[in-house]
Amino acid sequence: MAGWFPTSVQPLVSALLAIACIMPLFGLCFALTTIVERKVLGRMQNRFGPNRVGPYGLLQPLADGVKMLTKEDIVPFSADKTLHFLAPLVLTVPVWLAFAVLPIGRNMSAIQLDAGILFFFAVGSASELAVFMAGWSSQNKYSLVGAMRAIAQMISYEVPLVLSVVPVLMLAGSLELNDIVAAQGTYTIGGLACWNVFTPWGFAGLMLFLIAATAESNRSPFDLPEGESEIIAGFLTEYSGFKYALFFLGEYLGLFAVTGLAVTLFLGGWHAPFQWLEWVPSWLWFAGKFGALIFLFIWVRATLPRLRLDQLLNYAWRFLVPLCLINLLVAAVWYWSGTWKSPVAVPVRWLVCAALIALPYHGLARILRGALPPPRKYSYAE
Amino acid sequence: MLNEIVFLLCAAVTLVGAVAAMMMRNLVHCALCAAGAFAGLAAIYLQLDAEFVGFAQVLIYVGAIAILIVFAVLLTRGGDVQPSAATTSPSWWMGLPVGALVVACLIGSIMASPRLLRLPSQNVHAPVKQIGERLMNQFVMPLETVGLLLTAALLGAVVIGLREPRKPESNAP
Repeated sequence: MAGWFPTSVQPLVSALLAIACIMPLFGLCFALTTIVERKVLGRMQNRFGPNRVGPYGLLQPLADGVKMLTKEDIVPFSADKTLHFLAPLVLTVPVWLAFAVLPIGRNMSAIQLDAGILFFFAVGSASELAVFMAGWSSQNKYSLVGAMRAIAQMISYEVPLVLSVVPVLMLAGSLELNDIVAAQGTYTIGGLACWNVFTPWGFAGLMLFLIAATAESNRSPFDLPEGESEIIAGFLTEYSGFKYALFFLGEYLGLFAVTGLAVTLFLGGWHAPFQWLEWVPSWLWFAGKFGALIFLFIWVRATLPRLRLDQLLNYAWRFLVPLCLINLLVAAVWYWSGTWKSPVAVPVRWLVCAALIALPYHGLARILRGALPPPRKYSYAE
Repeated sequence: MLNEIVFLLCAAVTLVGAVAAMMMRNLVHCALCAAGAFAGLAAIYLQLDAEFVGFAQVLIYVGAIAILIVFAVLLTRGGDVQPSAATTSPSWWMGLPVGALVVACLIGSIMASPRLLRLPSQNVHAPVKQIGERLMNQFVMPLETVGLLLTAALLGAVVIGLREPRKPESNAP
């Protein structure tokens, strides 16, 4: 491959090749997820879901795409035209960049950055501005309320999202995603993999990360910004046609990106769970774990009702952030106790670390239940 | 050649964003232009191979500071447009000496800098690991001091924010 092009254009060609792989792959993944989500939601709610287009309704994404593309693009008369046009682009374009650092298989990450995880969070930070632009430029009360909710939620949950990642970086000693995957690539007795999720801090970290990721990608039960029973569709209210589709594409891509990060950081990346399964292609393992987590998100969406705004913010600041900080401490104890030389070292280490995270979890939950604010008094709605 | 073009583009984005942030009439537009200027600055850092600083710039300035400005604008004045109001205050000339002084200071320190000697660059590449080790060993005191200061500021902001103005009891339903 390297001999086909002159040296001067090789970086450009390799970048283009990576783009040509990532964009159709995750674009198709988006189409597939929409149909799977609707089918699974239908199954869980005891109905059929889409079943008219193609066999078992499998061509529904195609029909959706055609419908979105041919719909009339409506811009409100009093809207800020430029910002209204720019908002979906600002949301969707940076999200694609996040996939560049994800290792989706052995030697399969588009670029290797020294500060890969920082890059991941940096490109994700543009989405808050995009949501604000969408809500504000629409000149609509519901849009603005939705945007303000979205920003409050995204800022609050970005803190636990980043904090829950820190233990992984501490233990791996690197910000590079390939190094983090390599650090989880060893096997213990019995051929079981040493993934981060199989440690007390890793399990707690994965749970905290998944909760924060659900909120970051505005999915149910944290879908207040689009709460359709309260504020129509939030910041999406004044969007139609392809711009609306772009918002959805951006949201789903953001979900895929954090899911991929969860797989990479906690679930061993592209490594197999057992040593004797290493012959299966590495990208297949990544895809399997990725699909399982996406299914989990859909399951949660079908199960839990939507939170109220004060519950949402209290949950983030009073529960998730303290637990993330405690988890940091647990990871430090785990790292320090790794050098213990005693026959009982392993069980004691496990017990101490598990207790250090489980007891604060239980205690914090009890304290917060006792400290619930009195029932809210509504000034205008009585 | 390519490097110069990229630099000129980044510089243009930064400068145009910064000027627009001062000149626009709508405060929300100003805030968004400022975010654009921050992003341009991050691109310049990245062009200088300063990965860590560049990403931190995007994460903190575009992700947090710009949102903070937007929030402040919306919560204080509602970001309303006043087409009649001029963007310059009547006493704008008072700012001239201050601006001239700042420019003089900057030019003075730039001219005095040894960088101007145009030494052959030694391709200084600082990996994140090295930055972290420096921060945790050599510069741990300044880091902790800044952390303490920010925590104090945060607590102060919470205390100020907690004090709710007492509203008169209304009998309205």
